[in-house]
Amino acid sequence: MSSTLTPVRSKRSALTKGQLPKFAPYVVLAAALIVGAAILGVIGFNAFGWGIVSAILFTIGLVGWSAIAEGSRKAKDKLATCLVVGSFLIALLPLISVIWTVLVNGIPGLIAPGFLTSSMNGVTGVYDNRAVEEGAPVIGGIYHALIGTVQITLVATLISVPVGLLTAIYLVEYGNDGRLARAITFFVDVMTGIPSIVAGLFAAAFFFAVVGPGTKTGAVAAVALSVLMIPVVVRSSEEMLKIVPNELREAAYALGVRKWRTIIKVVIPTAISGIASGVTLAIARVIGETAPILVTAGFATSINNNVFGGWMASLPTFIYTQILNPTSPANPDPSSQRAWGAALVLIILVMILNLGARLIARVFAPKTGR
Amino acid sequence: MSKRIDVKDLNVYYGDFLAVEDVSINIEAKSVTAFIGPSGCGKSTFLRTLNRMHEVLPGARVEGEVLLDGDNLYGPGVDPVTVRSQIGMVFQRPNPFPTMSIRDNVLAGVKLNNKKISKGEADALVESSLQGANLWNEVKDRLEKPGSGLSGGQQQRLCIARAIAVEPQVILMDEPCSALDPISTLAIEDLINELKDQYTVVIVTHNMQQAARVSDKTAFFNIAGTGKPGKLIEFGNTQNIFSNPTQKATEDYVSGRFG
Ligand SMILES: Nc1ncnc2c1ncn2[C@@H]1O[C@H](COP(=O)(O)OP(=O)(O)O)[C@@H](O)[C@H]1O
Ligand SMILES: [Mg+2]
Repeated sequence: MSSTLTPVRSKRSALTKGQLPKFAPYVVLAAALIVGAAILGVIGFNAFGWGIVSAILFTIGLVGWSAIAEGSRKAKDKLATCLVVGSFLIALLPLISVIWTVLVNGIPGLIAPGFLTSSMNGVTGVYDNRAVEEGAPVIGGIYHALIGTVQITLVATLISVPVGLLTAIYLVEYGNDGRLARAITFFVDVMTGIPSIVAGLFAAAFFFAVVGPGTKTGAVAAVALSVLMIPVVVRSSEEMLKIVPNELREAAYALGVRKWRTIIKVVIPTAISGIASGVTLAIARVIGETAPILVTAGFATSINNNVFGGWMASLPTFIYTQILNPTSPANPDPSSQRAWGAALVLIILVMILNLGARLIARVFAPKTGR
Repeated sequence: MSKRIDVKDLNVYYGDFLAVEDVSINIEAKSVTAFIGPSGCGKSTFLRTLNRMHEVLPGARVEGEVLLDGDNLYGPGVDPVTVRSQIGMVFQRPNPFPTMSIRDNVLAGVKLNNKKISKGEADALVESSLQGANLWNEVKDRLEKPGSGLSGGQQQRLCIARAIAVEPQVILMDEPCSALDPISTLAIEDLINELKDQYTVVIVTHNMQQAARVSDKTAFFNIAGTGKPGKLIEFGNTQNIFSNPTQKATEDYVSGRFG
């Protein structure tokens, strides 16, 4: 076989004639960076402007060179590539900047002794003043808010996932696009747009009416959050169930399997990875909610392990109160350090959730390979 | 372990649309019956009425009788699930369950119904079903691997193994080879020949050579025009249908002078 191959020639192939050399983008990039630095040097240097100017110079340089050397089709291709990559970088900027800010500001709070293991119970402005004035360690932590967030979100998830998943199953498998199914779809769409504070007021009013005025517990907050979660779970599960091929359902029916067993054992396992990531998105959506929690669970500075009784803190409400009402109004820095630490923990929680969903998706995904 | 099917005056509807009109046919036990006819004449629709898969679609319904060894499938109080566990089906496109291994695919009929089965029995069932589908030698070393990793022809034989693992009386096949290459097609045709020792087999095919090769009897369906119902034109021994049909339409179709 190798005998039919033409020997490698040092001359450039006729088929690759008229292409920019491989190193072209790097040359242009280096030139753009240098020229960009020079221009910025004249009008006053800053890194952000340098990036923007260099990116524009790079695009102009590469597209121009390509237009001269390769012709207009390739030049347009390069322009499109530059625009796509540029938009991607712009989209990434806020994300990176948020993560960077939270990391920088949050790590001192996070590594403060007892931050994850103690509450704010008994922490008064006196300690914060001492921390600022005498350099004593910042005390007080987010333990109470962490368990509040975890418990409230967990209860909300326990309410939303069964309700949402069963609704989606009804819509896809039993609804037949009938009147009830269309009504449900309509109301789910309406629910998707409910402002979160309204959901909080609804839950609060509901419990005031049913349990008694002034009922503020973690459970009320969980109900408020599930009002926000259910439409997301319904929508995403519905989409996932819809893309399970009908052939699989028919294959199961043809084996003499009942419809509900087919749904439980064939349809849901096939869609489970998508459903899991939908649920994660729903949780990520509500875990940072502040307003509905303030009106439903109130705010606490001490540990409350009971979702069904007493006011409860959560990470977002903790951050909110620490910033708005610093423990020591004279020296707000320790409070702000704790707030950033809590924000970092919140982001880490959401990331852990995402990883968890990926893991579930990996474990349950349709198997491939031989 | 195989039963005959007798269909009397069957009309098949999708909502208000009459798709297949007035079919009566007698399908012998332990034989292979082929349904041929142009696209859209209602072969699949009719086949799916034989194990009550037709009514799975919204609005789909049936008038008439289908008798499995004398018992009407559409009689009052008959559970379609019981019918389907006696009359298995293989579809046009291979559809192994993507979340299951080869072994679990074969055992799907048992496992999905939560029937208790010992490991020894399960192993024996997997081996005998895969043997029955001529697939055992190709997959015996990778039973725990996913079924979707097999070739199209192997997947289709896996689906046949899955169908015979529930020990049906009748196996319906809707163009089982139309998505397969010639070699896999031959493997399936050989298999159909072996299956008829134990099962009643009904196969829809677009391929007239295939009908001639595998079937004992052939039914020719035709349609008068779009929007008109499909009808059974002629039913008889495969030999006769291909060499000596009584109807002009059949002759035109089998000799390729159709349309
Ligand atoms: N799900 C369905 N809903 C409504 N009409 C259908 C459906 N499936 C098939 N039909 C109609 O029924 C007729 C027979 O179709 P089909 O049984 O698939 O034919 P064949 O298998 O012989 O090609 C066609 O006119 C087709 O348009
Ligand atoms: Mg068909």
